[in-house]
Amino acid sequence: MKRVFVAILAACAALTTGAPASAATLDTVKARGSLNCGTNGQLPGFAMPDAQGVWTGFDVELCRAVAAAIFNDPSKVKFVALTAKDRFTALQAGDVDVLIRNTTWTLSRDTQLGLNATSTYYYDGQGFIVRKSLKLNSALELNDAAVCVQQGTTTELNLSDYFRANKMRLKSVTFATLDEALKAYDTGRCDAYTTDASQLYSVRLKLARPDEHVVLPEIISKEPFAAFVRHGDDQWFDIVRWVVFAMLNAEEFGITKANIDEQAKSDNPEIKRLLGTEGNFGEALGLTKDWVVRIVKLVGNYGEVFERTIGQNTPLKISRGQNALWTKGGLHYAPPVR
Amino acid sequence: MSRAGSAAPTVPLWRRPRVRSLLWQVLLCLAVAALAWFAIVNVTENLARAKIASGFGFWNVTAGFDISQTLIAYSAQASTYGRAFWVGLLNTLLVAGLGIVLATALGFTVGIARLSQNYLVAKLAGWFVELIRNIPLLLQLLFWYNAVLKALPDIRGSIAVPGGGFLNNRGLFLPDPQVTAGGPVLAALLGGLAAAVAFGLVRERLGALGRGAPRVVVTLLLIVTPPLVAALVAGSTVSFTVPEMGRFNIRGGLEVLPEFVALLLGLSIYTAAFIAEAVRAGLMAVPKGQTEAAHALGLRRGATLRLVIVPQAMRVIVPPLTNQYLNLTKNSSLAVAIGYPDLVQIFTGTVLNNTGQAIEVVVITMAVYLTISLATSALMNGYNAWITPTER
Ligand SMILES: N[C@@H](CCC(=O)N[C@@H](CS)C(=O)NCC(=O)O)C(=O)O
Repeated sequence: MKRVFVAILAACAALTTGAPASAATLDTVKARGSLNCGTNGQLPGFAMPDAQGVWTGFDVELCRAVAAAIFNDPSKVKFVALTAKDRFTALQAGDVDVLIRNTTWTLSRDTQLGLNATSTYYYDGQGFIVRKSLKLNSALELNDAAVCVQQGTTTELNLSDYFRANKMRLKSVTFATLDEALKAYDTGRCDAYTTDASQLYSVRLKLARPDEHVVLPEIISKEPFAAFVRHGDDQWFDIVRWVVFAMLNAEEFGITKANIDEQAKSDNPEIKRLLGTEGNFGEALGLTKDWVVRIVKLVGNYGEVFERTIGQNTPLKISRGQNALWTKGGLHYAPPVR
Repeated sequence: MSRAGSAAPTVPLWRRPRVRSLLWQVLLCLAVAALAWFAIVNVTENLARAKIASGFGFWNVTAGFDISQTLIAYSAQASTYGRAFWVGLLNTLLVAGLGIVLATALGFTVGIARLSQNYLVAKLAGWFVELIRNIPLLLQLLFWYNAVLKALPDIRGSIAVPGGGFLNNRGLFLPDPQVTAGGPVLAALLGGLAAAVAFGLVRERLGALGRGAPRVVVTLLLIVTPPLVAALVAGSTVSFTVPEMGRFNIRGGLEVLPEFVALLLGLSIYTAAFIAEAVRAGLMAVPKGQTEAAHALGLRRGATLRLVIVPQAMRVIVPPLTNQYLNLTKNSSLAVAIGYPDLVQIFTGTVLNNTGQAIEVVVITMAVYLTISLATSALMNGYNAWITPTER
């Protein structure tokens, strides 16, 4: 009995002392020697291990870019595959240092979860895929349709909103993972499957007969994908956000993996500041002067990563569209380095 | 206490075993309460420091997502997360309740069949048990779901069900009876059911005396008459909303989802295999002499089983049976894999994700499962107590 009591007291003491104010994430990552990056694990083009077990995809390359900036080595990343439902809990609990998992930036996710979205790295929107045999031309013809959807996503909520706004009746069937939802659609349980447009194309490739399905033209929502970090570590927030900005700026100035060494000799003051030959911007972030050189040399600029993972020469064949730079009619507009 | 006090008046109060043990109990309770309090305070502080929303305010916030099967009125735009919770809970209770009934019926059949003297029947029952028990439930659920979906035609090839229904891979659609002034009828039906149960129990207790009343007839009368009388008195009418073929789906009518059928089948069959083993063990625990004595008295095999063996075996069967009922209820949370909207899918899935309030949601869910489990145990223990005194 006495021993029990002592144990309880000890437990009380342990609980009340509370967790120490969490150490700076950058220091933790450096001490560990690798970055823990939360990504999708089932999404071709964005994040998925290939047949050899090597992680590939757009989100994956962004994780590697952060590692390159910190360690000068893009391979120092441990990828953690997370489902839509579990992703935020994993970041909150500290299982991952950063979440880069086709995750939409919304007000509630920014304010209620103890997390912060750093910046939009990909502009997406939600769409529908249906069987060609239904001969549909528009999502507005989906009244009464059964739609398969994945839970814990903005997709699930947008779907209800869209049908409600257009006075259509919806029969949604909700699953925990992409593969289950997609399989149900493929077996004919649903008339349509809905998700972010970028994913519709990769998802289509997973169907038994991809040619028998079409993507409807409507985009029913705004899905700005952002990297998320825990609230309260401003330095880490800045690093993740500026890694993406650096990649966009590099593309804007035409700095590529191939020409980075010549560009480092450039006289253009903007390029000099970006590549660290003038000023001390990298160190202000907690990184090194040559942080952008590391990123571009080891991973590439934004456009290079885009083309390599989801661009025209990949199975996904996504065009730049809204994801072009502002100078080319797109939405990406990174703040200047000065 | 008083006797101890008078026998040893010199022992100081704090030395008396009763007092000391009481003191320790109180201290332990206080310590546990303090621990709980510290934990709550600590968690709240940590959540606030991490800027994670906390509290139960989310309960009254509009849900905004759709649910495929709702036993009570629910809509994405008008209903709250709290309402979604009740929808999920009812869906869980529905599948667990029906699952328990089916699993019990199938389990008893298979368990008895395993002891059959017919070689083939006994072997088949044995294989069923071995096969089902050794395949993970999740796989079985996925199997049933895809089997159900694949076996059924798509909407255009719907099978017409006599009486105006449809069957296809979106579900089974039946005419939905709409009863006006249904309240009194329902109340009368419940009353009748209670009366029928009471009749059964009393008849059992009366033994030979009660056997005078014809069981089936009286039970049916007790169940059917009250609602009919109530309907006549209240002047209710019954009409049916008949399902109609729409562009994609069938509208109106009563809808049985394939997800529900697959989950019910999977859970019932899986649990039945375990119940069958419990039944077999129970039957084998009854001494052979009982069978021989019954045979000597001239009872046939069926009557021996029904009147002599099963009643005695029940005492051995009920405790493991209770376990299986609890397992079935908890296993129903695998619903999420096949898209059935049970409590876990809706509440710890979508609601948790949309509100981000993991601690509150998980605590509520655990409390619910605990309550269901304790209630089931209490009922089954009561039942066991009821049947035990028949022992000689
Ligand atoms: N952008 C949306 C949806 C993200 C999402 O999780 N999409 C699903 C549907 S394609 C997915 O990636 N699932 C993969 C998985 O869970 O493994 C959000 O942030 O909520």
